[in-house]
Amino acid sequence: MYILDVRELTKHFGGIRAIEDVSFKIKGGRIVSIIGPNGAGKTTLFNCLTGTTRSTKGSIRFKETEISKLPSHKIAELGIARTFQNIRLFSEMTTIENVMVSQHTRVRYDFLSVITRSGGFKTKERSIKEKAFEYLEFVGIEDYADTQADSLPYGSRRRLEIARALATEAHIILLDEPTAGMNPIETSEVMALIKKIQELGKTIILIEHDMKLVMGVSDRIIVLDHGVKIAEGLPDDVRNNPMVIEAYLGSETNH
Amino acid sequence: MNYEAIKKHPVLKALLISLFAAILFLPFKDIKSSTILFAIMFIFLSAVLLIKKSQVLPALPKIRWTPPHFLRAASVPSVIMVFILLPFFLKDYYLDVLIMSGIYMLLALGLNIIVGFTGLLNLGFAAFYAIGAYTYAIANTKLGLDFWTSIPLSAGIAALSGIALAIPALRLRGDYLAIVTLGFGEIVRLVLNNWDSLTNGPNGITGIARPSLFGASLDKLNTYYYLVFIFVVIAVIIIRRVECSRIGRAWISIKENEIAASSLGINTTKYKLYAFGFGTVWAGIAGILFASKMQFVSPESFTFMESVLILSMVIVGGLGNTFGAIAGAFILVLLPELLREVQSYRMLILGIALVLFMLFRPQGILGGFKSVHFRR
Amino acid sequence: MLLQQLINGLTLGGVYALIALGYTMVYGILELINFAHGEIYMLGAYLGIIFLGLFTVAGLTAVSLPLALFLTVLLTIIVCSAYGFTMEKVAYKPLRNAPRLSPLISAIGVSIFLQNYVMLTQGATDKVFPQRFGDSGLQFLNVNMTYLQALIIIVSGVLMLSLHLFIQKTRVGKAMRAVAQDKTMAALAGINVNGIISVTFIIGAGLAAVAGIMVASYYGLVNYYIGYIVGIKAFTAAVLGGIGNIPGAMLGGIILGLVESAGAAYISSEYKDAYAFIILIVILLIKPDGILGKNTEEKV
Repeated sequence: MYILDVRELTKHFGGIRAIEDVSFKIKGGRIVSIIGPNGAGKTTLFNCLTGTTRSTKGSIRFKETEISKLPSHKIAELGIARTFQNIRLFSEMTTIENVMVSQHTRVRYDFLSVITRSGGFKTKERSIKEKAFEYLEFVGIEDYADTQADSLPYGSRRRLEIARALATEAHIILLDEPTAGMNPIETSEVMALIKKIQELGKTIILIEHDMKLVMGVSDRIIVLDHGVKIAEGLPDDVRNNPMVIEAYLGSETNH
Repeated sequence: MNYEAIKKHPVLKALLISLFAAILFLPFKDIKSSTILFAIMFIFLSAVLLIKKSQVLPALPKIRWTPPHFLRAASVPSVIMVFILLPFFLKDYYLDVLIMSGIYMLLALGLNIIVGFTGLLNLGFAAFYAIGAYTYAIANTKLGLDFWTSIPLSAGIAALSGIALAIPALRLRGDYLAIVTLGFGEIVRLVLNNWDSLTNGPNGITGIARPSLFGASLDKLNTYYYLVFIFVVIAVIIIRRVECSRIGRAWISIKENEIAASSLGINTTKYKLYAFGFGTVWAGIAGILFASKMQFVSPESFTFMESVLILSMVIVGGLGNTFGAIAGAFILVLLPELLREVQSYRMLILGIALVLFMLFRPQGILGGFKSVHFRR
Repeated sequence: MLLQQLINGLTLGGVYALIALGYTMVYGILELINFAHGEIYMLGAYLGIIFLGLFTVAGLTAVSLPLALFLTVLLTIIVCSAYGFTMEKVAYKPLRNAPRLSPLISAIGVSIFLQNYVMLTQGATDKVFPQRFGDSGLQFLNVNMTYLQALIIIVSGVLMLSLHLFIQKTRVGKAMRAVAQDKTMAALAGINVNGIISVTFIIGAGLAAVAGIMVASYYGLVNYYIGYIVGIKAFTAAVLGGIGNIPGAMLGGIILGLVESAGAAYISSEYKDAYAFIILIVILLIKPDGILGKNTEEKV
């Protein structure tokens, strides 16, 4: 019933404790936000969940599988995909090619059929392209399908990252500040998009600074501060939690 | 007039830069050459800086031209036709040059897979070329194997050594990897130079057989030309097909952003190994073609400069552009042959060209052409 | 025999260390392998021969050899530094935000350019150092250390010590360390980052120039391609000690010099040049951070 079960997750960089003993569970189909002041360890948590960095100790269970020791690509194949805070597109590729890459683990064919261009190869390539186009439509950037990724407008780049993550057919989608740098209109569009992704039956873990967005879409909120989980609960509980208010106010006076 | 003002004044700036260059040049030559250098640089720089300041020329728009479909469709067959017809019009000398350029095309195509698609700088590519050439030289002269049997052997051993180097080396960051491949290239050359019993050391191996087909030896220049030509065409077809598949897309995604690639499920280590293996196959085949054409191999043909030359072909053509690699090899082999007077300046110009390409046109000459990584 | 190899190795190692410093300082600040640095050393060797040749023709050498040598070294350092400075401005600075491999390829271009530039202007044949220093020297414990060897070891040592003090004690040295740690922060603190980068190239080139003259006088012969192989060896020394680490470069240079002369004497001199490559590959694969380097994990 829980799709993700994180226990005592810890990550140290040299002497710095980026995350310390963080535990939480996430139910399938929910939108869970991770909030906290800058440097709270949110992105590091994402990196550990997706295998981008190896955690120092602790366990991460995805469905029935322990994934904390698995390499990034294995985790992606099992069904966790992410976007990046600092957008990481394949800028030399077109928009649709970016999404086609995501089908890597879903549609396979062998080397020989590539060289001979066998019938199977062609059908599979066509299905990859059609799927990719569907995901572009889903996030609303199908008009840019043949545009080179680095000439996309800013908002569309963030959408492309989301399409790319979705196209891996993952069960859990991690979104790292999907609205950073966006205006209020774009932000509310992304909010709607996140809801739409949830309707597909996906589980979403969200890092976000925009509190209105967080409170509006989240089923549950986890609060990190200095690498430690200081609160977890429904949006209303978290909003009124004195420790959370303290963490945010405290950090504001520090900056 | 203060320093800032001088920097802003185009003619004064040109004067100072040219004077500086002339003084730096002076110890190596004489006053006369230095003055000539000064004069040329001064005129050229003044012109460039004045034009830049007056903004007569509008900034060039970024061109990203996708040629219309009929041109795209017609270009490849017409290029192939030209190459088929060429031997009927050319003197042996030029045919010989074309054969060499074909061999370099294979090398550039192979290196392009590693550097251009996957973004792994390899500075020792000539080593795999050498391994291919020596494999055939030894197999032929010592074991009596013929050309056709040796093709898979040369290609296979080159690819295996590519993978064997890559397995430990791929853990390293980009520029360190480049240096390790360079070191590997030098070690291979030193071994060829010193393992006298197997390689005959610096004297090389002579008496290597030409290939034969159905009992007839392919030793006439134009038959050899077609042999090389067919290999290039096969290479282009296979490489283009792989490029336009999930394998090619995986390679390019690794070059563009390795972290993103692995977060989408691409086993980056595995695909880097594929790139090394698949790229070095073509070096092995180029090696066997070279050895059988020359009927002689020696370590001298496989120096670091050879690796740099192949790399330059890929860069001039445009990193990651299969047709660019062909064009780059063609240009860099042919130009020096056509302009005999500049022969001795060849490497000097190549050095400058590498810097200029990085500064002004990192996408290479064919960079404006967008290559698509799937079939429409 | 062992002691003799130690002295030969120290002589060679001192030279490698001086060149390795240039690699390591540039890498420390720009994370760039300045592939053309070996060519600066080659330019130094040539310029030494050219200037000393001029002074010999002009008669200065006959009047006062030390003065002629001093002026030769001074002029060579100035010209080489100017080359190092120009190289950075033309071929690296515009590429500071380019993909990582671009400056490395540009550096290879510079390296090929400089080799052929010298070959075309000075000819492809070996150049002879105009002054012979002879084999006389200090005899002790059955070994012979020529005065020139002693001079090379002392000069290398003094230069390394001065560089160390310069970087630890002076304002510019401190600025260099700040830029190496964090360019953005250094710029915010009012440090002229571009200026510091230029200084780094100038110092590196100056040290390589001295190394070039010393080698030219030691072997008596130079050629336009000597920069490549020595450059790789010095780079190996820098990696061996831990790239970006200045004492590491010195240590690496000396270790490499010792290994090479011992290897040539006891194993095989045919593979003399291979030792450096083998050490380089082994160290990169086993401990890429080098002997004195710190283990760092990249933060995503």
